[in-house]
Amino acid sequence: MNTSYQYSYTNIEELLEILVEKGFIAPATEQQHATVIGRRQVQSSDLAFVTVAPEAARHLILDLRDRFGFTHLVLLTAVDYIEEGKFLLTYLLHNYELHHDIGVQVPIGREAAEAGASMESIHDLWAQAGTYQRELKEMFGIDFPGSPRVDEPFILEGWDEVPPMRREFDTKQYSETTYFPRPGRSTNDPADYMRQKLYPKE
Amino acid sequence: MTNAPIIPLTDNHQAGRRVDLSSGKYLKLWQGPQHPGITGNMSLELTVSGDEIVDLRTHVGYLHRGFEKLMERRTYIQNFPIVCRICVPEPDFNEYLYAATVEELAGIRVPERANWLRNLTLEMARLASFLQWIGGQTGAFGMGVIGQWGITHRDYVLDLFEELSGGRIYHMYIIPGGVRGELPEGFEERARAVLDKVENLLGDIERAMFHNAVFKDRAKGLGVIPREMIDSYGITGPNARAAGVARDVRKDQPYLLYDQLDFDVVTASGSDTYDRAWVRFQEIHQSLSLIRQMLTRMPKSGPIHTQLPNPLHWKIPAGQTYRRAECTRGEYGYYLVSDGSGYPRRVYVRGPSYTHAVALMESMAVGANIADVAGLMVSFHTYPPEIER
Repeated sequence: MNTSYQYSYTNIEELLEILVEKGFIAPATEQQHATVIGRRQVQSSDLAFVTVAPEAARHLILDLRDRFGFTHLVLLTAVDYIEEGKFLLTYLLHNYELHHDIGVQVPIGREAAEAGASMESIHDLWAQAGTYQRELKEMFGIDFPGSPRVDEPFILEGWDEVPPMRREFDTKQYSETTYFPRPGRSTNDPADYMRQKLYPKE
Repeated sequence: MTNAPIIPLTDNHQAGRRVDLSSGKYLKLWQGPQHPGITGNMSLELTVSGDEIVDLRTHVGYLHRGFEKLMERRTYIQNFPIVCRICVPEPDFNEYLYAATVEELAGIRVPERANWLRNLTLEMARLASFLQWIGGQTGAFGMGVIGQWGITHRDYVLDLFEELSGGRIYHMYIIPGGVRGELPEGFEERARAVLDKVENLLGDIERAMFHNAVFKDRAKGLGVIPREMIDSYGITGPNARAAGVARDVRKDQPYLLYDQLDFDVVTASGSDTYDRAWVRFQEIHQSLSLIRQMLTRMPKSGPIHTQLPNPLHWKIPAGQTYRRAECTRGEYGYYLVSDGSGYPRRVYVRGPSYTHAVALMESMAVGANIADVAGLMVSFHTYPPEIER
């Protein structure tokens, strides 16, 4: 039981029930009717994922941090569902008292790379969130307005292609067009090469 | 209302903007990317006034190989030779966590003896990594000889890995369903001999490093992480424990066989470079004890791998999960998303250096001395490859 926070709960199911009461997710009985938003998935006794709308995400994350004790931002990343035209942002939060994790998942529109997807920033809640958001901007093209140095390159330098972690970016094609064929290189079929070397007269 | 304190974050990111370089009072200085104190390439852009740092920016990207993207194009088994390369000094944590996430989603059960062997390799990796860290930490303060002792003894541990897996650096030993091979004959005796050798060395290191006036002078009071920063910066591992925060995944959410082994969470209270070094030094002792316990208690025979279908045709059921482990630097985690096909939809690797080397380093270096930056960075124990992935 965590006592030092406003909402006390003992297990993940109880936590999810409180989130249902607060209107963040759909009740268990209505899960099959819930669209993507409001869905929950209990992976194990200490890990659950809930999906909320982008407008509600910051409110829920702040609540989880300050009222439920999820004080540790484990990671922030995105999964690209190109076939559904959306990114699923995942904010994984950890509660150090009960050792529970909750993944807050937020579907956001997957606009074209130039138009850019956008999401509210949480850099003021955790200092390292700014780094995650900078990487997401660079790798997925998701903008976080107001996040410090979000437009500065993080890993790539002078990159003007599609953000590389998007599914439409083809690494193989990129390397073939960018790096091959190099001048001065020739390719031999190993079998032909060896036959000519061993039996040059044939 | 809430009891959790809302911490004002130091706005270091803006500090550099206010520095007027044309005033002639400041100088830009680059450390790296070939940095002597760390494993891997990362550079620090320092803005200095005299020899005091007024702004620091971490630049990464020199080791970006796009592992996460590559993994999306490869089958689950093809990703095994890739994951270990994400962290050079302790690849085994990547192997274990990737295997654990795949096993969890696929519902694969691992034989008990394989779990012992996995746990043994994770502790051996911890030992090797800490011995290498001693090299970096002492080298950064001009005590390279102690560093060479550490590196030499790391090599003895690598010899054991070579016997076990065939590889010194990348082992690819832990695979889904179990481990790749048996302990070679006589391994236990040779492992115990290496542990004794390392233990002898630790006595020398304690005298030459921790009782050394130079090291004490330079490390005490350097880079004190306030307790409030631990949560707001996501600090884990020895960096948090040196601030008196007793958090250790091995105790808090025991994985493998850590709940059956005897060890305590090492903490300190000073939260400076000296205390962080001291916590790590105690954890080396602890690691020796854990390896000895495992060698004694491990079942001598039994299956080490579950029978699995042809790995070329694996389809992992749709789902997502996150697994974590305590590596030498803090919380290492894998977030795996499967869409039910033969390829992972997304693999996200959470390395502790991601926050330690960027947000934390940029905040802590301000006000430090140029000569202390290298020692400070090594005291956070950062490895760039896990930042860039």
